[in-house]
Amino acid sequence: MTNSDINRLKDKAFQVFGIFCTFIGLVVLAIFLIDIVAEGITRINWDFLTSLPSRRASRAGILTAWAGTLWILVLTTLIAFPLGVGAGIYLEEYGRKNRLANFLEINIANLAGVPSIIYGLLGLEIFGRQMRLGGSLLAGALTLSLLILPIIIVTTREAVKAVPRSIRDGSYALGASKWQTIWHQVLPASFGGILTGIILALSRAVGEAAPLIVIGALAYVPFTPSSPLDEFTVLPIQIFNWTSRPQEEFLTNAAAAIIVLLVITFLLNGIAVYLRNKQQKKIRW
Amino acid sequence: MRTSEKIIEGLLWLSAVITILVTVGIIWVLLSESISFFRVVPLSDFLTEKEWTPLFADKKFGIMPLVTGTLLTTGVAIAVALPIGLTIAVYLNEYAHARMKQIVKPMLEVLATIPTVVYGFFALTVVTPFLQKIIPSLAGFNALSAGIVMGIMIIPMISSLSEDAISSVPRSLREAAYGMGSTRLQTAFGVMVPAASSGIVVSVILAISRAVGETMIVAIAAGQQPRLTLNPLVPIETITTYIVQVSMGDVPRGSLEYKTIFAAGITLFVFTFALNNLSFWIKKKYQEKYD
Repeated sequence: MTNSDINRLKDKAFQVFGIFCTFIGLVVLAIFLIDIVAEGITRINWDFLTSLPSRRASRAGILTAWAGTLWILVLTTLIAFPLGVGAGIYLEEYGRKNRLANFLEINIANLAGVPSIIYGLLGLEIFGRQMRLGGSLLAGALTLSLLILPIIIVTTREAVKAVPRSIRDGSYALGASKWQTIWHQVLPASFGGILTGIILALSRAVGEAAPLIVIGALAYVPFTPSSPLDEFTVLPIQIFNWTSRPQEEFLTNAAAAIIVLLVITFLLNGIAVYLRNKQQKKIRW
Repeated sequence: MRTSEKIIEGLLWLSAVITILVTVGIIWVLLSESISFFRVVPLSDFLTEKEWTPLFADKKFGIMPLVTGTLLTTGVAIAVALPIGLTIAVYLNEYAHARMKQIVKPMLEVLATIPTVVYGFFALTVVTPFLQKIIPSLAGFNALSAGIVMGIMIIPMISSLSEDAISSVPRSLREAAYGMGSTRLQTAFGVMVPAASSGIVVSVILAISRAVGETMIVAIAAGQQPRLTLNPLVPIETITTYIVQVSMGDVPRGSLEYKTIFAAGITLFVFTFALNNLSFWIKKKYQEKYD
């Protein structure tokens, strides 16, 4: 065998290895999803979705958990949406290339890399203790809002940046002010991209357990929250709690709750991907 | 008209400046609580003591066992994610058709969207029992399966960032390599990967930072026993798990035990902050090499 034959063989071997690596993650994911569905699907029924938690696995349900998750989603959107989009617009449209803008940029990149549990410590001290919100829904939503703020800011900036200069110039030429231009031209044109970013950020927030555990969200909440100041639990915490128990039946419950959580996560991601594709097809500047 | 424009600009400015307040808040909270911790426990004990037992009667406050636990799970995760992620990046760039790349990339991203608590469940109920068949001495809670599962989770992080780095290497370099008679493999590892090395290093640093701060996988599957060891087969405890463990229990606020989570938190923050800024620095320094 000549040298070049050996090299060609190595090349082929790497190709096979490449295919193997590309699919190993997906195969593991598939095994895992099948395992979860096989274990949990029989447990999912109307009672499971509408029952309160219980010390007996067979009677326990996830009503309080998914109600808490829904509350957190709504509150987090209300807080993070205006803040994140506002900051994104400021940085892209108003922020001049000065030291403050530069510092803001580095700072946001840094915040994106802070572990979620650290946001939990921040929320525990600032929202929980200083603002006396304790382990309430509002404290949880504020904490998660800060956590996803960098994601929303970055995607807002990208969406706004994609709107061409000519649109703004046209608006100014008709006598519109800066804010009128942003509100009537830039924002409608970039809204699809902004929305995609927010939904992706929310799908991140839905799966978070660590920061909420730190601020004091409970594992056992025997009622559904009725105001933002109520104590709460969310699906990931319920799953964590059931997974930590030794009895086999609770693992089945955890698998069933995971199915519900994954449906929510995949739904949010699916909507985001759909919006992004639609956006890309529609707009040709 | 002008005043309302100004007010709006002011509000937008405020929402941008809030991000600075968040950083200040994080540093202030971590510092103020840990300073009062370090008044009681000297920093030298914190760094050199070999045991971490703040919740026991005989209290020892050495952070090292939590740090080694964190590094152990992170090490396993990177050992899994780096070879696989980099191979995927090279394969998609040098071998796969553009169409396949288009299909595979979003599929890999799915791995990053799954909540970490779900990965923890997987590590504990599927990976650990499976590994126990191969390694009978493997404990029910261990760094190995938590690390492997975390590695799978961060594959897309390394593969997609490395892929971006490799695909931004100018075509001319690749064509020159082919012109010299190189195979695709020789081109990839002799030319493309070295040329994209700064971007690949950045992806690995960001992946390490992510793994260091990861919480739920290790809290579920790696155990809650602080232990100064590099053996991945026994239960350990990471910094993040310790914070969760204390938060789940009823440690009275303001007590020394309560302050330990902020001391652990600031340790974690220093690690991730250093890693993130190192990655920014590398990116900035080497990014415009080909422009």
